[in-house]
Amino acid sequence: MISNEPTITPELVAQHGLKPDEYDRVLKLIGRTPTFTELGIFSAMWNEHCSYKSSKIHLRTLPTKAPWVIQGPGENAGVIDIGDGLAVVFKMESHNHPSYIEPYQGAATGVGGILRDVFTMGARPIACLNALSFGDPKHPRTRALVAGVVAGIGGYGNSFGVPTVGGEVRFHRRYDGNCLVNAMAVGLADVDKIFYSAASGVGMPIVYLGSKTGRDGIHGASMASAEFGADAEEKRPTVQVGDPFSEKLLLEACLEIMAKGCVIAIQDMGAAGLTCSAVEMGAKGDLGVTLDLDNVPCRETGMSAYEMMLSESQERMLMVLKPEKGKEAEAVFRKWGLDFAVVGETTPTKRFLLRHGGAAMADLPIKELGDDAPVYDRPFTETLAKPAIDAASIRPPLGIAGSLEKLLGSPDLCSKRWVFEQYDHVILGNTVQRPGGDAAVVRVNEGPKALALTADVTPRYCEADPFEGGKQAVAEAWRNLSAVGARPLALTDNLNFGNPERPEIMGQLVGAVRGIGEAARSLDFPIVSGNVSLYNETNGQAILPTPTIGGVGLLDDFTASMTLAFKAEGESILLIGESKGWLGQSLYLRELCGREEGAPPPVDLAAERRHGEFVRALVRERLVTAVHDVSDGGLLVALAEMAMASKIGAVLQAPSAVTAHGFWFGEDQARYVVTAKNARAVAQRAEAAAVPLVSIGATGGRMLAVDGERPLVVTELLARSEAWLPAYMAASAT
Amino acid sequence: MKSAVLVFPGINRERDMARALRLVAGREPAMVWHADAELPAGTDVVVIPGGFSYGDYLRCGAIAARAPIMDAVRAFAAKGGLVLAVCNGFQIACEAGLLPGVLMRNAQLRFICRDVYLRVERSDTPFTRGYNAGQVIRVPVAHGEGNYIADGETVARLEGEGRVIFRYSSPDGMIDPDWNHNGAMNAIGGIINERGNVLGMMPHPENHVEAALGRTDGRGLFAGLVDHFERAA
Repeated sequence: MISNEPTITPELVAQHGLKPDEYDRVLKLIGRTPTFTELGIFSAMWNEHCSYKSSKIHLRTLPTKAPWVIQGPGENAGVIDIGDGLAVVFKMESHNHPSYIEPYQGAATGVGGILRDVFTMGARPIACLNALSFGDPKHPRTRALVAGVVAGIGGYGNSFGVPTVGGEVRFHRRYDGNCLVNAMAVGLADVDKIFYSAASGVGMPIVYLGSKTGRDGIHGASMASAEFGADAEEKRPTVQVGDPFSEKLLLEACLEIMAKGCVIAIQDMGAAGLTCSAVEMGAKGDLGVTLDLDNVPCRETGMSAYEMMLSESQERMLMVLKPEKGKEAEAVFRKWGLDFAVVGETTPTKRFLLRHGGAAMADLPIKELGDDAPVYDRPFTETLAKPAIDAASIRPPLGIAGSLEKLLGSPDLCSKRWVFEQYDHVILGNTVQRPGGDAAVVRVNEGPKALALTADVTPRYCEADPFEGGKQAVAEAWRNLSAVGARPLALTDNLNFGNPERPEIMGQLVGAVRGIGEAARSLDFPIVSGNVSLYNETNGQAILPTPTIGGVGLLDDFTASMTLAFKAEGESILLIGESKGWLGQSLYLRELCGREEGAPPPVDLAAERRHGEFVRALVRERLVTAVHDVSDGGLLVALAEMAMASKIGAVLQAPSAVTAHGFWFGEDQARYVVTAKNARAVAQRAEAAAVPLVSIGATGGRMLAVDGERPLVVTELLARSEAWLPAYMAASAT
Repeated sequence: MKSAVLVFPGINRERDMARALRLVAGREPAMVWHADAELPAGTDVVVIPGGFSYGDYLRCGAIAARAPIMDAVRAFAAKGGLVLAVCNGFQIACEAGLLPGVLMRNAQLRFICRDVYLRVERSDTPFTRGYNAGQVIRVPVAHGEGNYIADGETVARLEGEGRVIFRYSSPDGMIDPDWNHNGAMNAIGGIINERGNVLGMMPHPENHVEAALGRTDGRGLFAGLVDHFERAA
């Protein structure tokens, strides 16, 4: 071993994020002091980001199977069967810590990473989504983070050439010190041409493909596994730099050699780069791996084994190729101007062996590196239940009309056009429903099938009641897919929480996972992939618990997809689902009354299922002309969105049983608004299906007119909704 | 109509373009690799599609303009062959000297993807015979650098010779800064060369060709080209 490497001291071990007992585990496993490179490898493999050590035992409880699931969690992405010999490959992943430190590159490489996860499995990416959480708009960093993150997501996706079709953006002071950037990619593959990471065969060449290795992103995964203190700025060198051009070339080259039958196994170099990818390929295939680091293409000379193994340089792949196809594969990569180097081989020893400059730099048991990573059943305390708030006890500070105006101009409910217009959402020519609807709809090849895609979570519900909040995130994704007429098939979850070593944070994680599991089971909506991001915490202040759910649904005929805009004047407006006027944790309570209080609306999963299936049937039978789910901001906000999308007004009246502000702004779940030419036909169906349905008015005119309230001009509401974000972004930074 | 779509590394709308040509012209285009030195024999139209050639890390289109295939394209254009250059293709055509001027960063310095309205200024070109002069069409844009700029003399010539083919306008055809999303001079969205056989435009007609997906305003351009060759035959 090389002598000029640093001596392993307790301080050095601590700097690598390994706790003393974890380091003891290392010593016991290998029976000697690790080399510096080995210490780096353990730090990369055993951090929270790569090992899921705090969440593993809870994630195991999630439902992951269904007849249409081809691959659940554990591979680069989940895979589901959509018929016609086609599979959808998808996953959502966070890039929170890097995006806070360096917003443009952090967000860009988040998109790059998730795209690579999808095309590594043999799928051509057809759509991206993202869910973004930022701090208080008044916080001095927020504006620059929004600008940088949005530009970074656009900069990568637009250049790579995938449409970014949907997502969500929210603001809350609890994200002041940690923004969240959750990116989802969806790809299409042939069911019989899915590629996996398990290597097979002894003595097979391991090939390095793509961009060169540089000194960027070293310790990225470890950085993402710790909280921020005052030194977040200093962590900038741990953020990778994205190159979407190289990624586009890598995509084309990978798909080309896959089609030529050259590939045995493939793994992208994401978190913890070469270390994680090589170990995974070997361990999954019950094989050892020997790497000769002298052959790794490097951006600069003099890189050490340690740096090469921990670099998170982007746009790189590791593959096991069929030896007889090596030349053919190399020619394809040369054609695309990408690096191609044989850097090692598979061995029968189950050892992970690294050589550099003639010396052995690491010699570790490959399976134990992954399998023997610490697993924690961390102590947790359940979040205390909050009392339900009776709408009648809340004195409305403004009338219904004024409240709606205020809500539509609020940061969370205003139009996000400023954001989604920076994303190319029409490239590839298959975007049926663009951003702004309940779910995006993307045609599958030449049709007639299409995918519905959505990303959802309501963090303030999760904070008040993690279990109900977890249920609600799944239910809302399911509802959004149903609203466009799609059959929900599967989901990916991106669990963002604070420091799991604090029992109350762990309690949020445990509660939310239980809620997600219960809803997913009840709705036959299995989890096929996911990612956990913990330690989203700065100086002891954690984010709101944010388990983002990415949902995928299927439409048999894209021309039958339903939109939320009113279609014509004189149509009946019907509300499906029960309204109790639930204002606890509502945006009305927060934005109008300045209170973030109470229990969130409970989620009745049986009702969700019944109502969603009912709505899908209405869409299928063309009995309705518009559908919108009722969520943030409640019923009147949903109606205003339908009016603004069409510039057609409506005359509305509330049934008398509930207080007016509770009825119009309550956030009761399992509800949809539909419009119909023939209201009686819809009402009869509802009665037969035991689905609550009430008529609340009719479309028409230029005003949104609630009985007894000041009528509101729809185009003025639209102007209000469109104004906030551009005005906020244009204001000079304070 | 035999069309050839150029493929440079980083180009990403070549499939959209190929599909539009297939749907409207009824014939699959040839995909031509940037490193080739020749166009397929019998090519009627060369299409330079959109994307981010070479990542657009240098001035947009500057590297692609120097690719081997571009010598063949210049020779093809010099003989009167039709060249349709869209988005990054427009930038490449300017850098290759096929068209005057340059595409700068959008005035508000952000990438913009949205539907815009284009007023068709002339219908007597092979590219626009599918439209009427003065007609307003709605097509998407998706670019960060589409702000057309040239020196005063060049713009005066373009205007004087009627070489501005598309202008960003309001839905009823008014030229108005509010509807000029990228700040282009004289709201220029598309121009032709002196000879009238090279069209450069920023918007994407190829993304609006299918009724089932919404709008079909882009079809006219491809249908017009097909018509041009059918009449010539």
